Amino acid sequence: MKIKVFVTPKRNVLDPQGAAVGHALESLGLRGLKSARVGKVIELDVDGPDTPQFRAQLDKLCRDLLSNPVIEDYHYEIAGH
Amino acid sequence: MNIAVLQFPGSNCDQDAFQLFASGLGLPTRYVWHKDTRLGEADLVVLPGGFAYGDYLRCGAIARFSPVMGAVREYARKGGLVLGICNGFQILCEAGLLPGALIRNSSLEYRCMTCELAVEDAGPAFNPGTLGARIRLPIGHGEGNFRIDEAGRAGLEANRQVILRYLDNPNGSLDGIAGVRSEAGNVFGMMPHPDRAFERFHPSRDGLSVARAVLAARFPDLIRKSA
Repeated sequence: MKIKVFVTPKRNVLDPQGAAVGHALESLGLRGLKSARVGKVIELDVDGPDTPQFRAQLDKLCRDLLSNPVIEDYHYEIAGH
Repeated sequence: MNIAVLQFPGSNCDQDAFQLFASGLGLPTRYVWHKDTRLGEADLVVLPGGFAYGDYLRCGAIARFSPVMGAVREYARKGGLVLGICNGFQILCEAGLLPGALIRNSSLEYRCMTCELAVEDAGPAFNPGTLGARIRLPIGHGEGNFRIDEAGRAGLEANRQVILRYLDNPNGSLDGIAGVRSEAGNVFGMMPHPDRAFERFHPSRDGLSVARAVLAARFPDLIRKSA
């Protein structure tokens, strides 16, 4: 199954990269920009069934490694079922 | 006295940290490779600066899962002294051994300069009385912008866990925080480099007193001797 993990800076955490990208978008003519946040996408391809146990393991891995809960939120999408 | 300096793939201040303790303070110092699962006898464990594991994912995110970090966690839990400098500070935050996190500098620039720092009253060893109210240490980092949530921030202040603050904030850190200690007082982390401030040709020699103050958290005689 194909998994996409999205990691984004928490809403209340300063995002210097997002702010810089936002300024660049405005200088390129984007109007009405209210917010720009820069995160990352991690794509995984895993053999095996999508079970509650697997999701629990994936959540743990997201919290322990793929995101830092102090500054980031995550969510994921599982495709192929 | 026995100082252990950890080496991760991508550490590049390991020799600086080694020399701070070995030549600066004249203490027996050795390296511990990241694949070692044991620290051996150590009175202080130092996590040096650099770019461990290329800083992939986030600074310190992968290093915290190095085999040696299990031993560091256990060592810290028993009250052992730990010092993280720059990337070492980032690793300790990722590992949950210190509160908060370090994100991209607000300027988005890598900052390499000597900083004036206010010494906070953070305990019997780490305070303006033993270190002086102001010290100067070099920094060199792109991700030194300290962040913590409101509850964490209140906890840091209430427990006097902030050890150093920038006078002229170079990276956007919350409240100018440059270094913190654990609540128990045995784990220290700082973005500035005491390991680049001990030789005559360095911009200051304040790194020596910082190294002594960290050691004095467990060996108070060190401060008395140097005072």
